[in-house]
Amino acid sequence: MLSRTANHLFWMARYIERAENMARILDVTANMALVPNAALSEAALWQPALEISGNAEAFMEQSSDYTASKVIHYLAMDPENPSSIYSALYSARENARAVRVAMTSETWENINALWLEFSQFEGKDLAEEGLREFCDWVKARSHLFRGVSFGTMLRDDAFQFLRLGTFIERADNTARLLDVKYHLLLPQEEEIGGGVDYYEWSAVLRSVSAFQAYQKVFNDTIQPWRVAELLVLRKDMPRSLHACFTEITSILENLTTGRHVECRRIAGEINASLLYGRMDHIFQSGLHEFLTDFIERNHQLGAEIQGSFLNIHAA
Amino acid sequence: MNSPTSMNCFDEMHSSPTGVRSLYANYAKWLHNVPAEQLEIKRKEAELLFRRVGITFNVYGENAGTERLIPFDVIPRLLANDEWQVLAKGAIQRVKALNMFLHDIYHAREIIKAGIVSENILLHSQYRPEMFDVDVPGGIYAHIAGIDIVRTGEKQFYVLEDNLRTPSGVSYMLEDRKMMMRLFPELFRRYSIAPVEHYPHVLKNNLRAVAPAGVKDPTVVLLTPGAYNSAYFEHAFLAQQMGVELVEGQDLFVRGNAVYMRTTEGPKRVDVIYRRLDDEFIDPLAFNPDSMLGVPGLFSVYRNGGVTLANAVGTGVADDKSTYIRVPEMIRFYLSEEPILSNVPTFELSKKDDLSYVLDKLPELVVKEVQGSGGYGMLVGPTASKQEIADFRVRILADPSNYIAQPTLALSTCPTLVEQGIAPRHVDLRPFVLSGESVTLVPGALCRVAMREGSLVVNSSQGGGTKDTWVLQETSTQEVAEIKQALKDEVAVC
Repeated sequence: MLSRTANHLFWMARYIERAENMARILDVTANMALVPNAALSEAALWQPALEISGNAEAFMEQSSDYTASKVIHYLAMDPENPSSIYSALYSARENARAVRVAMTSETWENINALWLEFSQFEGKDLAEEGLREFCDWVKARSHLFRGVSFGTMLRDDAFQFLRLGTFIERADNTARLLDVKYHLLLPQEEEIGGGVDYYEWSAVLRSVSAFQAYQKVFNDTIQPWRVAELLVLRKDMPRSLHACFTEITSILENLTTGRHVECRRIAGEINASLLYGRMDHIFQSGLHEFLTDFIERNHQLGAEIQGSFLNIHAA
Repeated sequence: MNSPTSMNCFDEMHSSPTGVRSLYANYAKWLHNVPAEQLEIKRKEAELLFRRVGITFNVYGENAGTERLIPFDVIPRLLANDEWQVLAKGAIQRVKALNMFLHDIYHAREIIKAGIVSENILLHSQYRPEMFDVDVPGGIYAHIAGIDIVRTGEKQFYVLEDNLRTPSGVSYMLEDRKMMMRLFPELFRRYSIAPVEHYPHVLKNNLRAVAPAGVKDPTVVLLTPGAYNSAYFEHAFLAQQMGVELVEGQDLFVRGNAVYMRTTEGPKRVDVIYRRLDDEFIDPLAFNPDSMLGVPGLFSVYRNGGVTLANAVGTGVADDKSTYIRVPEMIRFYLSEEPILSNVPTFELSKKDDLSYVLDKLPELVVKEVQGSGGYGMLVGPTASKQEIADFRVRILADPSNYIAQPTLALSTCPTLVEQGIAPRHVDLRPFVLSGESVTLVPGALCRVAMREGSLVVNSSQGGGTKDTWVLQETSTQEVAEIKQALKDEVAVC
């Protein structure tokens, strides 16, 4: 397939995944705001949402005001913010439009309909009203996108590149979320078992749809290290790092093209560390260090994929 | 604004002593029984579907990314099979002659020697001296030609212009048909409507047939200027329907005497390029050096026969309005046949007598730029204001040879659903003639309709809409009986 086509499909899927993850973060943060908690100011509540998405510095440049209204607008609707949901969905649709031929018409129409429907939220102050509906809508559209692409597309390289985009993005998002939250929540260790702490950690779980999974797997009160284990090492937890890399390594195996020796090597290395890694070892050398390293290597893999398949110049 | 002619021009449905032409008898009865609200619901449904599928176009000069729908009319235009046969034969004859003309003008130039076409044509801006003595596969230049035809009476059809560069609109012929079948399945059961859905298949076969000599399994691609081009939907649609890659200039590169596309598996050789990019932009080394859309070196590979371009480079010289005037002569000269379809009588303002006549009659005439297209840069005398006419006179006098003039034709009208209900609106017809293995067209056409009352301008860039065109096949009673029997058998089997 054309390298440009693969590139557009890869990024289309990444942007949709990015929008979904952002919606998840906004959703749980807004939910946290409903829990009475004198200790947690509005700023303390919303700043992590900016940090998870890597937007904290950019936001500070334009405002020092961490109000719900400002942060929500910035992360959901701001066309000037390249990682807002607006920008992610816009870019997903532009990428799709450029290669509508490469996907099934149902997949294309789904993304086009998504963008047409988006206009109903434009100009609204979501902090005031409708944030939950908006986040639900973004998540539902992302589910639909996965469903329609999974249910209709030929299992050729186009499909593989699309899936690759989804999982590289998802791994990045889960790692960032865990890193920021762990860092923020651990200093409150003395309160472990307290009400707020429970809500904090259950919010983290809910933001990756893992709350019920946690109950099933551990059948225990929510313990931070177990949350980490669930999101890092559990292969059966669909948004965990390990689950993402199980998919990524298998997709790289399925690609028909032979130009991916280095991609496979990097992916295999990361996958091995998740497959054979132990949580107590990870904690010994530091979860933050582990996650930072993971984000860096995942990024490297993305760059290698970009270089091997997507931007091929006259060879 | 009413054109003076709109009251008494030929109506596709109603111009008959009985009030309804027999061709339309069944449809008119059906239409009469359908409540207006029902049609409006269908129209809205169509609009919603078109928007969702992304059948949109971009208008030049508006904000980048502004996508608009071409208005779609739910009332079809009908053509009887015998009417269609005349149009089809006439269009094929024309395209054959035009292809022979293009070959001639880039080779022996017999037609100039015969005194039919003036030597000045070699100075024409669309004449490509680079193409002199270049042999293209099968001698075919215009692989895809859109012939614009208008009607003024029961038997009066005229060719308005030949589009031989990168004619567009065929996706609307196909999508309008799909939409009509979805909205009104009962009508398709009642009528025997000639199918058009095989167009992409015929096109692909033709493109494969003109691959460079010796290529066994040619790779065809469609070259688009990109997602912001006004016809991008059509490019994507045709590529998808044909099952070929939709490429941009940046996806292709030249090495040795060959063109390759960049794929995830490495470079892949390309043999035929259906390019929807004008000559000027295909190769910055040969033509416009500022073009970012083309492929450096493409033209030299093409000249050396390493790749086929469809349409060929240099077809523009045969589709402007000054060449148009000579097409009937070309048909006689190359084919020794009488033209089946007539030209619109045309005045050449480069001629002194014509110029003074036209300047006298400006309010009655249509004046066009010789090389204009898309309805831009023209004067429609009967609907223009005094000021517009005066302004245009100044433009003509500054460069008379840049203009031609034609009488305002009383274009036929067709009932059309508009805000006020069903009303007559002017229409034209663009069938697409395909040349390759053979010269053919599918039995259908893009029918454009001027949605504004009295307007004669049907171009989509000027607010025109489209209609489905039905060529009704005559099915004999014998055939009907056979079909019925076949259906019965089928039911029996079930």
